[in-house]
Amino acid sequence: MATEAHAEGATGYIIHHLTSLSVGEGFWTLNLDTLFFSAVLGGLFVWFFKRAAEKATAGVPGLVQNFAEMLIEFVDTQVKDSFHGKNELIAPLALTIFCWVFLWNFMDLFPVDILPLIGSLMGIEYLRVVPSTDLNATFAMSISVFCLIIFYSIKIKGPWGFAKELMFQPFGPWLLPFNLLLKLVEEIAKPISLALRLFGNLYAGELIFILIALLPWYIQPVLSFPWAIFHILIITLQAFIFMVLTIVYLGMAHEDH
Amino acid sequence: MSINATLIGQMITFALLVWFTMKYIWPPLFDSLEERKKKIADGLAAAEKGQEQMHLAEKKAKGVLKEAKEQSSEIVNLAQKRANELVEASKDTAKKEGERLILVAKAQIEQEKQQAKEGLRREVAALALLAAEQILSAEIDKTKHQDILSKISNQLG
Repeated sequence: MATEAHAEGATGYIIHHLTSLSVGEGFWTLNLDTLFFSAVLGGLFVWFFKRAAEKATAGVPGLVQNFAEMLIEFVDTQVKDSFHGKNELIAPLALTIFCWVFLWNFMDLFPVDILPLIGSLMGIEYLRVVPSTDLNATFAMSISVFCLIIFYSIKIKGPWGFAKELMFQPFGPWLLPFNLLLKLVEEIAKPISLALRLFGNLYAGELIFILIALLPWYIQPVLSFPWAIFHILIITLQAFIFMVLTIVYLGMAHEDH
Repeated sequence: MSINATLIGQMITFALLVWFTMKYIWPPLFDSLEERKKKIADGLAAAEKGQEQMHLAEKKAKGVLKEAKEQSSEIVNLAQKRANELVEASKDTAKKEGERLILVAKAQIEQEKQQAKEGLRREVAALALLAAEQILSAEIDKTKHQDILSKISNQLG
């Protein structure tokens, strides 16, 4: 991809924007920008909530605590709505997913050129600032969720229970291979759909911002302003969907038939 | 834009974030929320209880006030009755006293009248005697006719 990025004109501009800053070869390539920005955003999330948690009182809450509590309450409501088991992990997991994905997506609202420009001033050639436009980031999260789904399925239902569910549902033992195939597809579709939905939405959004940036300067605000406002909805919605589906999937993993 | 080792790095970061959130962020914030919820519920319950108690106290106060009013009116009635009685009684004694005083005065008057009569009688007797004496001084011996004189004098009284 690095070679393509040297192409001229609009295509070159777009490709340049969508090329990661990476080191290494083949599979052992590391997208430094994705790792860096998601770590910084994760740090921001943790720092903010840690500050709120340290000062948490049952009395009159401050501004920071108020905001943190609002999110906690929101996530807790979602968890209670779709998850009926008892699990210490789910709610914090959901909170982390929601905030982290939201912050990832929020990077999309920075003007497309500003951070790469600062980067190029510092001698960094490629910079992709939105971690959720990197498949690695979205898949890392969805695969983690997938591992948790498998883990809890086996933990709650037992290995045999889980295997039975895979083999004998939904059509009974006489259609075992068919059941197995259906169930496997169903399970594998979960992380793939999670990752691709988030990636697709944000990638497309970012691409449209880049395309708008290619237009003459006097048209840009007319287009990018409504798109940015629309995007505020999308980034929140995508974070919310990722969180809710994670809760629902884990809830399904906890249900014993 | 292909899957590479970034995936592993991201998974590690994600795991760390989730762990940190689970350990240090969620519990204190959630606990403070629950505690505040409990506090508010307690406060509301206490307020309700207080209101109920206030109503009760109000009712009680009304009852006490009513009782006190009744008692006071009773006392006033009693006092009025007693005052009437006292007035009647004092009227009675005053009347009696007046009558007695009148009687005493009458008796005194009577006595004085008697005394005056007596005095007058004596004076008349003395005057008569004096007259008689002067008339009879020449011819009548005072000592000889003492009996007659005193008889007359007695008859005059």
